[in-house]
Amino acid sequence: MKIANREQSAVELVREALAKAHEYQDEYHVFNWINDDAIRKAEEIDQRIAQGEEVGKLAGVPYALKDNFLSPEGESTASALILEGFNSPVTATAVKKLEAEGAIMIGRTNLDAFAHGSSTENSYYGPTKNSKDVERVAGGSSGGSAVAVALGIVPFALGTDTGGSIRQPASFNGVYGLKPTYGAISRYGVVAMASSTDCIGFFTHEAEDLDLLMGVVAGQDKNDQTTLPDFYRESTAKTVKKVGIIKDFDNEAVNSEIREALKRKIGTLKAQGYEIIELEMPALKYALAAYYIIVPAEVSSNLSRHDGVRYGYRSADASSLGELYENTRNEGFMPENKRRIMIGNFVLSSGFYDAYYLKAAKARTLIINEYAKAFEKCDVILTPVAPNPAFKLGEKINDPVAMYLEDVMSVPLNLAGVPGLTVPAGKTKSGLDLGLQLVGPRRSDRTLVEFAKVLEEVK
Amino acid sequence: MTKYIPTIGIECHVQLCTKTKLFSEVDNDARLKEPNSCVSPVDYGLPGMLPRLNQEAVKYAVRAGLALNSAINLESRFDRKHYYYPDLPKGYQITQMFHPIIGEGYVELPNGNKVRIEHAHLEEDAGKLSHESGYSLVDLNRAGTPLVEIVSMPDIHSASEARDYTKELWRLMTYAGVTYGDLYNGNMRFDVNISIAEEGSNELGTRTEVKNLNSFRSVERAVEYEVKRQSKLLEKGEKVIQETRGWSDATGETTGQRSKEVAADYRYMPEPDLAPIRLSSEEVEAEKQKLPKMPSWYRSKFHDVLGADLVEVLLDYPQLMSKLAELTSNNAAVKKIANLFSSVLLAEENTSLLNDELPTKEQLLALVEMNEKNELSSTGMKEVFLKFFDPEMHYKDTRTIAKELGVVQENDTEALEAIVDTVLAKPETQKAQEDFKAGQEKVLGFLVGQVMKESKGKANPSSVQEILRSKLS
Repeated sequence: MKIANREQSAVELVREALAKAHEYQDEYHVFNWINDDAIRKAEEIDQRIAQGEEVGKLAGVPYALKDNFLSPEGESTASALILEGFNSPVTATAVKKLEAEGAIMIGRTNLDAFAHGSSTENSYYGPTKNSKDVERVAGGSSGGSAVAVALGIVPFALGTDTGGSIRQPASFNGVYGLKPTYGAISRYGVVAMASSTDCIGFFTHEAEDLDLLMGVVAGQDKNDQTTLPDFYRESTAKTVKKVGIIKDFDNEAVNSEIREALKRKIGTLKAQGYEIIELEMPALKYALAAYYIIVPAEVSSNLSRHDGVRYGYRSADASSLGELYENTRNEGFMPENKRRIMIGNFVLSSGFYDAYYLKAAKARTLIINEYAKAFEKCDVILTPVAPNPAFKLGEKINDPVAMYLEDVMSVPLNLAGVPGLTVPAGKTKSGLDLGLQLVGPRRSDRTLVEFAKVLEEVK
Repeated sequence: MTKYIPTIGIECHVQLCTKTKLFSEVDNDARLKEPNSCVSPVDYGLPGMLPRLNQEAVKYAVRAGLALNSAINLESRFDRKHYYYPDLPKGYQITQMFHPIIGEGYVELPNGNKVRIEHAHLEEDAGKLSHESGYSLVDLNRAGTPLVEIVSMPDIHSASEARDYTKELWRLMTYAGVTYGDLYNGNMRFDVNISIAEEGSNELGTRTEVKNLNSFRSVERAVEYEVKRQSKLLEKGEKVIQETRGWSDATGETTGQRSKEVAADYRYMPEPDLAPIRLSSEEVEAEKQKLPKMPSWYRSKFHDVLGADLVEVLLDYPQLMSKLAELTSNNAAVKKIANLFSSVLLAEENTSLLNDELPTKEQLLALVEMNEKNELSSTGMKEVFLKFFDPEMHYKDTRTIAKELGVVQENDTEALEAIVDTVLAKPETQKAQEDFKAGQEKVLGFLVGQVMKESKGKANPSSVQEILRSKLS
C-alpha cells in the first residue's frame, strides 16, 4: 500500500506536505486554510509508534480536505462568504473515519462556493490554478483537492461529486478521482449541494490507494439514512471482459485530442483481448437538462438554512427581518449560487412543478433504466469525462450555459447513482492532462478500482 | 332574515410525546427546561446535517391513525415545505404533502354524527418566537418535535359541533397515549376553516381560516364569532375575503392577518435525505394490539350503568376511566366509584388530586363493600376516599383508614339496643317518647339524633330508627 508504506516518520511526512502547501499557495491557491497544527498530530503518532502502540492504517498520512466538510479544525467555509467565520462543532463521518485511522488533515482546499461550478472560479476566495498551466482552470468544483494531489502536496485528498466535481478536476490535473456509488459513503457533516446526487470521494496518485481509502471510509452510517448497507469490503471485483463505449459521445462537440485518447485506449484494450461493445444510450441526452432542474431545486432548498440568524455571515445593514434575509443572502452568496437558487425556486414554484421537476424526475428514471440495460451488455463503460481539457481562466465564467455543457458526460452518473472513476489518459500536445472515466453499475466500485489498476499496467 | 348554514373543517396539530425528536436524538420533553437547551445540530439546521427518522414517532403516528379509524398507508414519504422564518432553522419544514402515513378515517362525535378525516400526516414542529420591543427571541426547544396533523373534511356545521369534534380528537389522542394532551402548553392546536352559505344552497361560501386555537372553548367562540361576522357582511351585500385570521381570547374577536392571494408559495419537493417509510401489515397489527381502550369502548361499556351524561363527564379524564375499567365485573362498584369521582374528585376544591396516583382497585372495592355492609355511611365513604390521596395514608388498606378515622358504623344490634336503652332512660328524652307514642312522627328524628350522639356517630341511623320504633310501639 503506497500511502501507508511508511519509510518516513509522520512528522517528516506532514512537515514536507505543509512545506509544499505553503510553497505552492501563492501561485496555485490550493488551500483556503493551511493547518500548521497538523505537525502536533504527527508528533503524537510518532510517539505512539515509538511506544509500540498500534496505529491506524493511515497513521501519519497527510491529506487535504475539501472545504465543504465540517470539522472543528479551521473554519468550514465551503468557499462562500456566507459561511465565513463558521467553526463547526460537528465532524463529518468521512473525516472521523479517516482520522480514526491516523490520517492527518493539513489543509482545507478551495472549491466553487457551495460546490457550484466546474472550474473553482466561483470561490469567494478566488480561483485555484491548474497544476500544469496556471493560466488555466483547475476544474471543479473540487479544484483545490485535485491540484493538491497533482502537485504532490498530499498523497490523497477528499472531494465531493454532485455532477462531476471529482472526476472532471481529476482529469484536468492527471490524477485518479473516484465518485463512488451513491450512498457508499456517508454525507453526514458535508455541506449539502444536492442531496440526491452528492457523493463523497477521493483523489489519489495511484488506483490502489482508492481501495484502501474506500475500505476505511465507505459504509452505512446511522446519521445518513441514504447510506447503503456496507458492501465495499464484502464485494469482489468482477473480471472485466466487455468494455462499453457510448457512440453518441464520439461527436464534434468533444475535443479531438480527448477522442483520440479514448481511441488509443480502446485500441490497447482490443489488443489485450477485451471485447468492445458499442452502446446506444439515447436517454442520456436528457441528463444535462434533468440535472440542471433537479440539482438547482435541491440546492435552493438546502441553501435555505443560510439566513444570517444562527451562524456564519450576517449583513450589517438590515433594519427588519426581511432585510436581514435579503441582504445577508445577497451579500453572502456568489452569483452562481444565486443563479441556482433562482432556477431551483422557479422549477419548484406552484404551477411549474409538474412541468419541470416532475418531468426531470421521470427523465431520471429513464436514465437509470438506460444504465441498467447497458450493463446487461458490458461490464464497464469507458467515456470521456468532459468535452474539453482544462480551459482558460475566465473563458467560460460569463457563459453559464457553456460552463454547464462541460458537465454533459459526467452528470448522467450522478442522476443514476452509479460509480465513476477518472483515470489519467496522457496529455495533450500542449502538455495538458487528459482523463477518461470508467463507469460501472451500482456497487461495482471495487471492480472499477481493480480495472483502473489493470489500465495503469497496460498504458 | 336569511338563515346561513356554516360549513367547518378543522386541521389539528398534535405534538407526539416521544422520548426524542422526530429527526434527532435530543430530548423531546422541553417542559421546565431552559430555552434552546433541547436542540441538536440537526434541529439547529447546521449545514451538512441530515434528518434521522425516529421510529417511535412512526409507531405513534400509526397508533394515532388507528384511533381515527383510518387506513394506514404502508408506504408514505416525506416532503419539504419551504418558508423563511426564524422559528424554522432549515428554511423548510419536513412534512408529508404528497404521501401521508394516515389515510381516510372518521371521528364519531358523542351525538353520533361522524366527521370524516381526509388524511393525517407526520411532520416536525417549528420553534417558538417571543417578540419583545425592538427584538425577538428564538427558542428552538420545540423545533423538530414530532407532530401529527389531522385534516378533517368540512363535515361540521355548528360551533358546538366544532367544539365537540376538537374535544373528541383530544380524547382520542390522549386515550391512544400519543400526546400529553396539555392544551395550555400547545400540545394540540387547531386551525379552523369556516364558511357560510344560505340554507338550501348547494354552493359553499368563501372560507376564512382561524389559526392557532388552543382550547375547545376558543374553537367554539371563534366559530360563533366568524359566523356572525360573515353573516353581517353578506347581509350588507359585502363579500367575505379568503384569508387567515387570528383569534384573541381577550377580545373574543378574530382579526385579519394575511390574504391567501399573496400567501407564500411553499415550493414543495420530495425530501431527498429520507427514504420512504415502509410498514408491514404485521407492524400495523402490532400497534393495533397496543392501542388502549378508546372512548367508544367506555361508552358502550358504561352507558347503561352510568348514563350518557356521567360517562361524557368522566371521559375527559382517561385515568379515571381506566380505573373504572378495572372494576367492570362489579356494576354496583362502578356506579358508586364513578359517583365518588364526579362528586368528590371533580369538585373544584379537589381537582388538584387528579394529578396524584389513584387508589388501587382493592382499596376501591373494599370501600364499596364496607358501604354496602352499612359499615360506612355515604359521608364516611367520602371521607375515606379522600384519605386515599393523603400522602400519609394512601398506602393503607381501606378498613385501616376507616378505623383510624373512626367512621366505621356500629351494626351490632345488641350493642345498639344497649345504647338505645341508655338514651331512653335519660330524663330529657321522656317527653319526646310520650309525644311519639301519641302519634307525633317527627320527634323520631330527635331521638335518633340522641342515639347517634351517644354512639359518637358510629351507629347506623337506619338501624337505630328500626330499634326505636320497635321499642316505642
